[in-house]
Amino acid sequence: MLKIENLHCQLEDDADTKILKGVDLEVEAGKVHAIMGPNGSGKSTLSYVLSGRDGYEVTDGSATLLGEDILDMEPDERAAAGLFLAFQYPVEIPGVGNMIFLRTALNAQRKARGEEEMGAPEFLKLVRAKAAELDISPDMMKRPVNVGFSGGEKKRNEILQMSLLQPKLCILDETDSGLDVDAMKLVSKGVNALRDEGRGFLVITHYQRLLDHIKPDVVHIMAAGKIVQTGGPELALEVEKNGYADILGAAA
Amino acid sequence: MDAPTNPWRDAFEAFKASDAAQMGATARDAAFARFDAHGMPSKRDEYWKYTPVRDVTPDTPVPANNAADAFADVDAYRFVFVDGHLDAARSDRDALAKVADVADEKGAPWMDGVFNALQAQPIIGAQKQVERPFADLNLALFSDGLAVRIPAGTALDKPIHLRYEGNRPAHLRLEMLVEKGASATLLESGAGALTTGAEVVVEDGATLNHLRAQTEVADKQFTALYAKIGAEAQFKTFTLAADGALIRNETQITMAGENGNGHIAAGVMGRGKALIDNTVYISHEAAHCESRQVVKNVMDDESKAVFQGKIYVKKDAQKTDGYQISQSVLLSEGAEFNAKPELEIYADDVMCSHGSTTGALDETALFYLRSRGVPLKEAEAMLVAAFVDEAILEIADEGLQDIVRKAVDAWMAERAAG
Repeated sequence: MLKIENLHCQLEDDADTKILKGVDLEVEAGKVHAIMGPNGSGKSTLSYVLSGRDGYEVTDGSATLLGEDILDMEPDERAAAGLFLAFQYPVEIPGVGNMIFLRTALNAQRKARGEEEMGAPEFLKLVRAKAAELDISPDMMKRPVNVGFSGGEKKRNEILQMSLLQPKLCILDETDSGLDVDAMKLVSKGVNALRDEGRGFLVITHYQRLLDHIKPDVVHIMAAGKIVQTGGPELALEVEKNGYADILGAAA
Repeated sequence: MDAPTNPWRDAFEAFKASDAAQMGATARDAAFARFDAHGMPSKRDEYWKYTPVRDVTPDTPVPANNAADAFADVDAYRFVFVDGHLDAARSDRDALAKVADVADEKGAPWMDGVFNALQAQPIIGAQKQVERPFADLNLALFSDGLAVRIPAGTALDKPIHLRYEGNRPAHLRLEMLVEKGASATLLESGAGALTTGAEVVVEDGATLNHLRAQTEVADKQFTALYAKIGAEAQFKTFTLAADGALIRNETQITMAGENGNGHIAAGVMGRGKALIDNTVYISHEAAHCESRQVVKNVMDDESKAVFQGKIYVKKDAQKTDGYQISQSVLLSEGAEFNAKPELEIYADDVMCSHGSTTGALDETALFYLRSRGVPLKEAEAMLVAAFVDEAILEIADEGLQDIVRKAVDAWMAERAAG
């Protein structure tokens, strides 16, 4: 589904700052891959490069989603192609209502795919049902996007977007950061509800605890811009127990 | 050698012979003399530094662009002026005259405290009198307009809409007295006026809401609005200006009675080589008044926005609450915003603040929207709409707010399509 080969990138403004130094990774449909790694290993950058954020220059390698080269696409085209990034820090957008935002996004993607736009009544029904599942109040839906939301509310709002937009590949960038245990359970439940045979997940996290709730099929360890080790769920437990030093020492 | 010709003097001399020039002849002479003493300002004049008007002549064309009349669907007392004269057949003069006092071409006694009363008053205490050449030219040359008194206690049942059409560079005038406890809404639209001039007196406890859609002006328009706000009275004015090659809106508000409210807001959308200038002067002469200025500029291409806003607080105007914010979003590298906030305060117990910002749209917010599938132009339109909305919310009526929102959306949609 998602195939990353030999991906290299550097900062656009600073060619000397190389961040990704040859990432190889393939996420199959129906699988959850986790990426763990110490601070500064390039995990979040990988998510930004895949979703098309400005500021990074890909210098080598490729990334395809369902066989399509995504690196040449605009961020909105990548979204329409089925890529979704749940932000580590969801952005507050004063003045733009959450409901309008969700509907605009959904219909923009549908339009881009040549599908019919969803009418207001159908959308309302859909979004209400999904919001209720994530314990998102009608009041939150009326407010401007993420403005005045708590950390947990912001993350739930990300998962709500994910469940409305039904992407093919979901990238979760440190979705567990800033969440208490209850919020993490709620968010994980939302993510697990989306797991199915046709969908792939790339879960970026510092800590094993998220992976107790979202059980990965494959765990990768990233360090210094590369995947240095790949294994099963037990790899995450090893990190939790011994830290990264052992693994990184072994890899080096 | 012949003496250099002055096209404005020629125009005024020619106009004086007409019937329309007889009303207020003395005031017209005085106004023209004020203009003539200084002539058209140059960039050396402090309040005209950013707005070049030296070459504006009486025969400046007033073409309209293809935008629709924003207020076409609003149920209103309509006054349609074509080429500088009321088109009676398309206007509701008689209907308005049933509920308000509409003066004829000779004027009316109530106009004594309004006509030329606000405009001729010197700006007290100001370091320097602002040159207002177009206000004076308008007073000298206005060929028609509306003079209306809303009787005390009357809540006008629907807005008055002044509509400017035609190809001749017209000068049109409004004189308005909103008596004690009365309320009214005033709308303006259309390109067919080179200048408009207005004097409005909002008496104690009265309310006047003013909304101007300056969205059809393809070339130039110069407006001057003088308002005097009584005790416990409220005046709100909002202008949506878009695309004009050269637009200057001057507003001068005098807070004359205690606990009055004066609000000025504007949304400005510029593209091409548009230059849109909002120059505001609020004079607090009574205690416990509140004034607000909220200006939001959205500038594309090589367009320029100018905002000059002054809050003047007289010695006795204690407990004044004055607020001013002017902000610009620059959608292109070539766009420009010049802001000149000024405070001149002689009272010692006041709360006055001002702020100004200029910048591009928030990159992070744009990326967030795009990452959810919203194309760039649409994402920009969403953020622009949110940005301008802070000014739009200053409009009292929600239905009229929506009309302005639609005009902003239409402008952004046209930008996206182009």
